Amino acid sequence: MKLVDLQTIAENEVDFQRSYKHRINVCSSSGCILFGALKILKAFKDAVKEFGLEKECKVARTGCIGTCSVGPAVLIEPGDYLYQNVSTEKVREIVRDHIVLGLPIKEMLYKNESFFKKQKRLVLKNAGKIDPHRIQDYIAMGGYSALVKCLATMTPQGVICEVTSSGLRGRGGAGFPTGQKWSLVARAHSSPKYIVANLDEGDPGVFANRTLAEADPHAILEGMLIAAYAIGAEKGYLYIRAEYPLAIQTLQKAIAQARSMSLLGDSILETPFKFNVELRLGAGAFIAGEETAILASIEGKRAMPKPRPPYPATYGLWGKPTLIQNVETLANIPMIVLNGGLWFSKTGTTECTGTKCFSLTGNINNPGLIEVSMGTTLREVVFDIGGGVQNERNFKAVLVGGPSGGCLPEALLDQPIDYESLKSVGAIMGSGGIVVLDDGSCMVDTAKFFTEFCVEESCGKCTPCRAGLARVKEIFEAITKGSARLEDITTLEKVSAYIMDASLCGLGQTAPNPVITTLRYFKNEYLQHITEKTCQAGKCFKKEEGEQKQ
Amino acid sequence: MVNLKIDGIEVEVPKDTMILKAAKDNRIDIPTLCNLEGLISYGGCRLCLVEISGSSKLFPACTTPVSPGMEITTNSNKLKEYRKMTIQLLLSERTHICSVCVANDHCELQSLANQLGVDHTIFERNWTKEEIDSTHDFLVIDRNRCILCTRCIRVCDEIEGVHTLDLRLRGKDAQIIMDMDNQWINSCSCTSCRKCSNVCPVGAIYIEGEPVSHTKKKDIVEFIKTRRNRK
Ligand SMILES: Cc1cc2nc3c(=O)[nH]c(=O)nc-3n(C[C@H](O)[C@H](O)[C@H](O)COP(=O)(O)O)c2cc1C
Ligand code: SF4
Ligand code: SF4
Ligand code: SF4
Ligand code: FES
Ligand code: FES
Repeated sequence: MKLVDLQTIAENEVDFQRSYKHRINVCSSSGCILFGALKILKAFKDAVKEFGLEKECKVARTGCIGTCSVGPAVLIEPGDYLYQNVSTEKVREIVRDHIVLGLPIKEMLYKNESFFKKQKRLVLKNAGKIDPHRIQDYIAMGGYSALVKCLATMTPQGVICEVTSSGLRGRGGAGFPTGQKWSLVARAHSSPKYIVANLDEGDPGVFANRTLAEADPHAILEGMLIAAYAIGAEKGYLYIRAEYPLAIQTLQKAIAQARSMSLLGDSILETPFKFNVELRLGAGAFIAGEETAILASIEGKRAMPKPRPPYPATYGLWGKPTLIQNVETLANIPMIVLNGGLWFSKTGTTECTGTKCFSLTGNINNPGLIEVSMGTTLREVVFDIGGGVQNERNFKAVLVGGPSGGCLPEALLDQPIDYESLKSVGAIMGSGGIVVLDDGSCMVDTAKFFTEFCVEESCGKCTPCRAGLARVKEIFEAITKGSARLEDITTLEKVSAYIMDASLCGLGQTAPNPVITTLRYFKNEYLQHITEKTCQAGKCFKKEEGEQKQ
Repeated sequence: MVNLKIDGIEVEVPKDTMILKAAKDNRIDIPTLCNLEGLISYGGCRLCLVEISGSSKLFPACTTPVSPGMEITTNSNKLKEYRKMTIQLLLSERTHICSVCVANDHCELQSLANQLGVDHTIFERNWTKEEIDSTHDFLVIDRNRCILCTRCIRVCDEIEGVHTLDLRLRGKDAQIIMDMDNQWINSCSCTSCRKCSNVCPVGAIYIEGEPVSHTKKKDIVEFIKTRRNRK
């Protein structure tokens, strides 16, 4: 296939899709599959056949639409009609009323309009709209035209300049400027060079990267290809955890399709540029997402971090310069190339451009997968997009940044979402988890839960994280059982500061965040637990009651 | 050559020297545990952390190379506190009872505790029940005394070249194992070279019936150096 052929494919595909009057998108992403989406998909196909509408109405499987809690979700176009909680019995009714009679069924439509209103969907623009298993769908939406633009009109240096001027920063957590990272790898002398796309996503309850891969796998591949062109790499690894079977399957298919259309392989689009992608499955360790550990894992070694320097940009996989990038970062690249860095930098704040995807969960009315401009406040996310706290309860805290994020109180909800602002209040961007807690939660118990997670996931290499966190966990056990003393609070503060400063990698350096923030913002709960031996939320001291009864 | 300042003293060292060596060559002592000259640095114990002016982070001296104009502090109050904390954590992590340990008086952990003034721990002691393997003819491993410095793994791999030893499990549960978690007697790769017992800083790997003072007397560092330099 040549550069020009892509345009033809896109045009043909658009014509093909226009020949249908309606398109029924059935979300077949992990979330909705749990609600039985595949049965719904079949039911729609059957119903369309029954009404003889095959020529007018296309039934397609798509990735996550975003409203995962009210699945199965079905989007009917034109008009973006979003049906929620669709059951097989209702499918026939929907096809009859909506498609045949032209009367959308109001009662079944998703009503929380605010959920979409405050979002800005750039990375997720195709999610829920295209069939992730068909490369033609992606191409029809303008997919791979950014790659064509690079190969036909841009120098590698030019691509890097565009990415640098976009202000894009790594979405994997640390927020390192992406363009700067690319320059470092491009400038490194040794060769070959490698790219690693990071889809380890080991944080419990976070599913933003998985959903992206299930909804729009080619955006990730195109981002990798452009990065490869820019830095001069011929081989890339896409590292994904083995617990994500649907995402793996979707990516495998996408890679095969891209290869068969010569978008991957030895002479891409009949130019001298070559690039291959290999999927690597991780065995589900949180630490394997850390950048030096992921390299060890790909090399076939134990996933254990190494001190930096040397940095992977100069000394990565098998000692060669390696670009490690989160998949959401990569999915931003095609639009930057197409529309220019300046265009991109207009979204978000000056220091922090673009958008960020979050999985929004916890005691909240509209949980799901969201994407917001950087600089959006937490209040907008929790109350406007999230629709506030569930079951008429009151808001208590929001945990931002996954298991090593910070627990922030109501007073900090006006904090805008960006790397520095979150850090200043003790939270982190992390890989995109926001958990809302209502007034029935105990903050001591919450901090204990996340400490336990980090104790389990510590690799064991360095003393502060391995031995320090284990001690912190023991202190929490004492507090929640009623055997702690007030001095233990001082010990917690001291050890937490030490673990953050002295640990080798990001796991240990951030693991005390939940402890430090709950101590800072909810100290009275600790005092109550220790001096009065009571837990207002009724979560702690339970074991002892059980023991007494026996 | 690179010029830098360590604790206010101007020093000049070759390019790519690690801070630890630069300090040592200029008679500035930085405490270490996992590091052993001749083996690839590990950066695990975190005792050798130092401050570099201009950065709020701490850097392990054993794995951080010098750069021109660096100003390094090796002995601030914070670093002293943190080193004590590290020693306390190591002492309380597993069962360290010096009086009944083969390495008593010849243990690097014990002497560091003395040197840094650690006379108690703020943490509950942990009484671990890790496995002791004394199946080998003369080598013994008592995992309750292991501080997971991985010197034994590295010497076995990098110097003896057999890679008998490795780690299993994560975090506080991590354990030194032989081959694929065999008993030592059943290890096919172990050459009984004793290097692991030579380098173990504590009383975790030792030779049955032989005083530790005797085993540890063999200067593995010198041995490694002579072998390394013989081209
Ligand atoms: C314990 C730990 C886990 C991590 N897990 C992930 C992960 O699952 N996905 C990811 O993209 N980055 C993860 N990171 C961050 C990576 O180390 C790295 O910074 C990132 O992949 C770089 O890509 P970016 O610049 O595009 O963000 C993790 C870091 C730590 C310390
Ligand atoms: S901080 Fe934790 S996870 Fe990271 S190297 Fe140290 S022990 Fe391992
Ligand atoms: S005796 Fe030698 S070969 Fe055997 S485990 Fe120890 S270092 Fe390795
Ligand atoms: S057995 Fe000794 S040398 Fe090996 S890791 Fe444990 S303490 Fe270190
Ligand atoms: S998984 Fe179907 S809407 Fe998110
Ligand atoms: S001696 Fe440097 S970290 Fe152990």
